[in-house]
Amino acid sequence: MKTFALTRASDPAQAIATAAKAKTAQQGAEIRFIGGGTTLIDLMKLNVEQPQTLIDINRLPLDKIDMLPDGGLTIGAVVRNSDLAHHPIVRKSYAVLSEALLSGATVQLRNMATTGGNLLQRTRCMYFRETNMPCNKREPGSGCAAITGANRNLAILGTSEHCIATNPSDMNVAMAALEATIHVRGPKGERSIPIADFHVLPGNTPQRETVLEPGDLITHVTLPPPAPGSRSLYLKLRDRTSYEFALASAAVVITIASGKITRARIALGGVGTKPWRSTEAEGELTGQPATQAVFRKAADAALRGAKPQSQNGFKVELAKRCLVHALKLATQTS
Amino acid sequence: MSDCDQPSQTSGADAASEFGKSTRRSFLSRIGMASLVAATGPAVTTLAKSPEKEEKAAVADIKNTVPVALRVNGKKYDLRIDPRTTLLDALREHLHLTGSKKGCDHGQCGACTVHINGRRVNSCLSFAAMHEGEEITTIEGIGQPENLHAMQAAFLANDAYQCGYCTSGQIMSAVALLKEPCGADDAEVKEFMSGNICRCGAYPNIVAAIQSVRKNAEAKKTA
Repeated sequence: MKTFALTRASDPAQAIATAAKAKTAQQGAEIRFIGGGTTLIDLMKLNVEQPQTLIDINRLPLDKIDMLPDGGLTIGAVVRNSDLAHHPIVRKSYAVLSEALLSGATVQLRNMATTGGNLLQRTRCMYFRETNMPCNKREPGSGCAAITGANRNLAILGTSEHCIATNPSDMNVAMAALEATIHVRGPKGERSIPIADFHVLPGNTPQRETVLEPGDLITHVTLPPPAPGSRSLYLKLRDRTSYEFALASAAVVITIASGKITRARIALGGVGTKPWRSTEAEGELTGQPATQAVFRKAADAALRGAKPQSQNGFKVELAKRCLVHALKLATQTS
Repeated sequence: MSDCDQPSQTSGADAASEFGKSTRRSFLSRIGMASLVAATGPAVTTLAKSPEKEEKAAVADIKNTVPVALRVNGKKYDLRIDPRTTLLDALREHLHLTGSKKGCDHGQCGACTVHINGRRVNSCLSFAAMHEGEEITTIEGIGQPENLHAMQAAFLANDAYQCGYCTSGQIMSAVALLKEPCGADDAEVKEFMSGNICRCGAYPNIVAAIQSVRKNAEAKKTA
């Protein structure tokens, strides 16, 4: 591991001013905020990340979960995954988020990992993590070893000829279905970014994963009030029962009234280069009865643009069945 | 322990000598003389004659060290460490609390599990310097051979290990689990323990040990 200067931020303004001096907030940033460290320290040990300065933000007053006046929820950036997953309001009104968080990692990691950090969780693509291999995300222009290599776990949606790395987060998938807003404070002030616009597709610049600029500090995430009468659920399919990344997952938030689906929010995990909101699936569901045939049509629509690689063709059907089953479970008793 | 807030003179001296020892250790390994410790007694004795000088040399030799005050098992330690030092390495290499083990060093195996402010974490995935002022508990703080924690006794009674390398991490997770929202059945225990890998495969006995402690606690509550 390359050495670094470790500083502790006493207030957000100071942390932002320090971080604003970096050339980038993306891959290879020379100044990084550190929260739980579960991704960053792992990658520093692999020399994939080599920051010269770390700003410890764990003691900033960003650790609260509060109900908003409109009935929504605000979640501080350093709220730990465990605290968010077990929070009574989250369990009751945002079940999909609690389930997604609890399906990821282990108790130890969830006790460390933060909300802001999870939004920035890095891919598990093994070529990204191995510095001896080409990887356009880690080293732009070096090529993508995954496209011709071991790509069973990698993405089928949102890929480019330069990168097929999967976004590994479960939390992000639930946040996408809940239409979360990411609140960022930067050198130029505060701004709010809908989660759909927060992560960017790899395209020609896979080293760029989010819209964050140097000095941008995620301060909190807000969730809109739960849709009246809605039910939500997260279903994750993987190689092991526990402590494994998704091969395919589905977050659904659905409302049924008078036998018809009146509102649906659908996001997929394990298959996309970013948390994969599917407005196509939502369109197929809205106004229709909650039947297997309708669910299947929605799943077909969600995966229509899928571009499988040599080893992950199975993910197309797996993701469809995952979504169909999630919809079935979510609508079973309503 | 009684010396939590105001370390007595004895414990202060202990901490100081612990620090001296650790510096010597890292000093020796840095100049490639680690093997001398085992091989030649006199060389060590000679070096040990001027610990202060050594300490200064060692600290000057490592650029960019940071002062860190850690509270571990109720005792305060003042260290000067490289910021890259993980909490696990600080515990093992500087404080000589070698009960916490290094398995994968990437947060995947759970052998390094310790408690910070009562919550279990992977100490290999955290820098020691980020934990000033927090209450760190290692397996050494959970129980001693003559005064075992109920979970340690249950691991013995249930033969919940083979080689023992993962055991301290398993026990640290199991002790934390007692206070977590973990359901009653075995499947739930397995899910909550999935961050601790046992390559000997002692899982059934680990689950049995945890369940026996939980059942005893329940029985005591209802009695």
